[in-house]
Amino acid sequence: MTAAASSAGVLRAPLVVEFPFTRSLGPVQSAFLTGLRERVVLGVRTSDGRVMVPPVEYDPRTAEEIRDLVEVGATGTVTTWAWNGAPRPQQPLATPFAWVLVKLDGADTAILHALDAPGPEAVRSGMRVRVRWAGERTGAITDIACFEPGEGGEEPGAPAQGAAYDGRFGDPVTGIVAEARLDYTYSPGRAQTAYINALSERKTVGERCPSCHKVYVPPRGACPTCGVATTDRVEVGPAGTVTTYCIVNIKAKGLDIEVPYVYAHIALDGAGLALHGRIGGIPYDQVRMGLRVEPVWTEGGRYPDHYRPTGEPDADYDAYKELI
Amino acid sequence: MSTSGKEPVAVVGIGQTKHVAARHDVSIAGLVREAAARALADAELTWADIDAVVIGKAPDFFEGVMMPELYLADALGAVGKPMLRVHTAGSVGGSTALVASNLVAARVHRTVLTLAFEKQSESNAMWGLSLPVPFQQPLLAGAGGFFAPHVRAYMRRTGAPDAVGSLVAYKDRRNALKNPYAHLHEHGITLEKVQASPMLWDPIRYSETCPSSDGACAMVLTDRAGAARSPRPPAWLHGGAMRSEPTLFAGKDFVSPQAGKDCAADVYRQAGITDPRREIDAVEMYVPFSWYEPMWLENLGFAEEGEGWKLTEAGVTELDGDLPVNPSGGVLSTNPIGASGMIRFAEAALQVRGQAGEHQIPDARRALGHAYGGGAQFFAMWLVGAEEPGR
Amino acid sequence: MPRTGPAREVAVVAFAQSDHLRRTDELSEVEMVMPVLHQVLDRTGLKAKEIGFTCSGSSDYLAGRAFSFTMTLDGVGAWPPISESHVEMDGAWALYEAWVKIQTGEADTTLVYAYGKSSPGPVRDVLTRQLDPYYLAPLWPDSVALAALQAQALIDAGETDERALAAIGARSRAAAGANPHAQLSGDAVPQGDYQVAPLRTGDCPPIGDGAAAVILAAGDTARRLCARPAWITGIDHRIEAHGLGLRDLTDSPSTRLAAERAGVFERPVDTAELHAPFSSQEVVLRKALGLGADVLVNPSGGALAANPIMAAGLIRIGEAAARIHSGASDRAVAHATSGPCLQQNLVAVLEGERA
Repeated sequence: MTAAASSAGVLRAPLVVEFPFTRSLGPVQSAFLTGLRERVVLGVRTSDGRVMVPPVEYDPRTAEEIRDLVEVGATGTVTTWAWNGAPRPQQPLATPFAWVLVKLDGADTAILHALDAPGPEAVRSGMRVRVRWAGERTGAITDIACFEPGEGGEEPGAPAQGAAYDGRFGDPVTGIVAEARLDYTYSPGRAQTAYINALSERKTVGERCPSCHKVYVPPRGACPTCGVATTDRVEVGPAGTVTTYCIVNIKAKGLDIEVPYVYAHIALDGAGLALHGRIGGIPYDQVRMGLRVEPVWTEGGRYPDHYRPTGEPDADYDAYKELI
Repeated sequence: MSTSGKEPVAVVGIGQTKHVAARHDVSIAGLVREAAARALADAELTWADIDAVVIGKAPDFFEGVMMPELYLADALGAVGKPMLRVHTAGSVGGSTALVASNLVAARVHRTVLTLAFEKQSESNAMWGLSLPVPFQQPLLAGAGGFFAPHVRAYMRRTGAPDAVGSLVAYKDRRNALKNPYAHLHEHGITLEKVQASPMLWDPIRYSETCPSSDGACAMVLTDRAGAARSPRPPAWLHGGAMRSEPTLFAGKDFVSPQAGKDCAADVYRQAGITDPRREIDAVEMYVPFSWYEPMWLENLGFAEEGEGWKLTEAGVTELDGDLPVNPSGGVLSTNPIGASGMIRFAEAALQVRGQAGEHQIPDARRALGHAYGGGAQFFAMWLVGAEEPGR
Repeated sequence: MPRTGPAREVAVVAFAQSDHLRRTDELSEVEMVMPVLHQVLDRTGLKAKEIGFTCSGSSDYLAGRAFSFTMTLDGVGAWPPISESHVEMDGAWALYEAWVKIQTGEADTTLVYAYGKSSPGPVRDVLTRQLDPYYLAPLWPDSVALAALQAQALIDAGETDERALAAIGARSRAAAGANPHAQLSGDAVPQGDYQVAPLRTGDCPPIGDGAAAVILAAGDTARRLCARPAWITGIDHRIEAHGLGLRDLTDSPSTRLAAERAGVFERPVDTAELHAPFSSQEVVLRKALGLGADVLVNPSGGALAANPIMAAGLIRIGEAAARIHSGASDRAVAHATSGPCLQQNLVAVLEGERA
């Protein structure tokens, strides 16, 4: 089997995982990021006198909590670098740049950031660089727009390297919002692809386990109790039995369904287990376990919009209690 | 298989954060550190005394940090040490403690720090739990929509009266008032208020659901020699087990999953328990929705099938009943998801150490900690006692 | 400190892996994993129900779905319920958990599996989510960029150069010619352009999907299941500080410490399977493990020939064990890594009984 040969007929769709995470900072990170907003770089001093920039909250050597803030320079020395000829979308600079680790003057550890340089020939370990501040600063690591070659001079007044930070900033930054978006391409795999394709013809097709003979709807590729691939395709339903349900009185985010409504587990005839669906065509308070239902499709719908009563007599509890 | 050669495992340090909706004052590292430092202080140990760290949490999407243990190594004093990260869905807090206990039982390490956390305020748990998967039908209900149909199935199966769920919520919220670390402190809670709260996912009311919390829980586990140096009474591990079954399958019993029964049976066998109802003095079980108390009472062998609700109704599970369940207030009062299981384990240990403060069950000698997760498929339990096993 | 500790003999008795491919869109995760589980069980004749403990390793972030491991459990056939656990780590650490379980005496056999589908997402960007979320992740420094910083540090220190790095990639892919599962193999793989200088395409791992599984067994059970068990005579893992600026990127003290604890230095090894996704990282690992020119390194082709994230470390242990099984090796070291620039490392020593 090769990837190329199998590409035809495979379902794919974009899957966007995106969230604006709200991160609280704690005192040390708050001071550091507030400092950046004010164009001051702070580090922390460990009990053995090393100055760590960016300031970590806990000493990796001793595990001690560190709170002793000190000011360091905005100029420093590159300890290592890497030329990034093709920046990726969310990285600090859109044009080719160098990733650098920089030991700022007065610090014993290095900070990672971007260096704006004309080309790789202009970059070397040991070179002197200084912070280029972002025009608009909010209290985030990106308040350092990047580093640029050269000695200091941009910061207001000479920094008092090694001086204790006196907490003079007002309005400290206590949190950041970290926007994170990742774009995936989702493929559901063999069994679910077959199921989805059948649904487009308004058929519900499960798969039977060759070992225990139970019919799985939707099929997930494996019989979960036998650990073998499900094989024979079996059409189930269209009608089924409500095995259990709840009445939803609270609107779920992103769902445009009027409450209250009934969310039910429905065992389609011939299926070995229940799937989930909404019950309509009957007042919500008249839905009951054992109710016989059938799917209702809407134009273009990928799934049944809901299930409605068939009018048949209710199923006997013993007939479906193993499917609850 | 022989289990006779195992090193006895003792819990000698326990620490929790004050669980709240949002800890705006700390980073993720600051949160876990607080629980870990308290556990060390309780054991009167230092970071240098810890041989390894075992950490657990629920899905990484909750905080948006992939494998956050890498970033947390410094805060947990793990640099230069072994560090393991467990993830078994909602049961993870329990599983994490068991993985840590195995390190001691196997004599791989002498003293292990184990910790579980969730900082749910960094995102939104429902977002993390329901990332929209293409082609799949969207979830038609919120979190409770997954559980409520199973509760209805339980009620149908047992004939339990409607009010049982509210009794559990009323009890747990009152218990939480005695637990300074609990998230919800509902002063003035009454049964009437619980019963008057909105019906969200009928048959589950608002007051019968768990909160979303920021919190961490940590424990120091050690061997017999470590226990001998413990400044406070240790809790001894008498039995621990994990069991898993598939998420969904033909014949699955969501009301009383077989994996839960098997897990409990294994723990009782290890601990020599033949009558859990009589021999266990306190239970910390994972009850995210109130009705799961009677359901788990049956699943864990404290009641015959169909009879669990009768224990709840009769007050047996109250703080002063003869089988107190969730003296801490339980998940219904505190729910940092990844930590919730470990809090159950830790609270069970606090009981047999006599360190549970206002919610202490007098003379608790043996207590069960219980966690579960996924589609009621992953179970982790431990039974801890005041005496060293076999003595 | 003397190594007193767990006493049970434990061996890798079987190993199986999928073909590692750039994409596997036609397979769900469980559809990719299940055949590998069947193969590894077949190699021992064990049935799933005879396994005492099962442990897996995977990451939700790779595929972009929470709880992905709950779906792959379907491939195990966990019924009646099984004793089982999962680490959100490379499968090498799942193997470690399983090894501990055997040491407690609670299991005699364990099934370990791991899988990773890197194809659905932009994996270089996805891995940035592993970084400190306050100072690093907002800059999105991708996995190749971080490795390139490490490579430059090595070059500056005079420990390697671009030609030597290219030779590591070429040697790995040439070796992979004998590995039917490898994603890249043979001499035809060009060194290519800079991805992030000084690393070229040939210095970087291929991106792909794959799965692997291992069975561990104790003592006489191992001898019954396998003609020449690969005894795990030592296994240990260690983590370092997270920040790159806090570490000496040209060294791997955590690997060295784990190797010491695992007994690597007690006697010479003839083979090493190193989880070095970047050519430059092999340089670091060779130094930390003290490997001389007489040690065969990555006869499988290593991660430069196939790097299914979350499984690639477990595969190193499996490949080393397979060489013990076949008699090609008597004493091998296997290594797995996790985190940026070799932050966390696991080392295992595998030995065969001499005929």
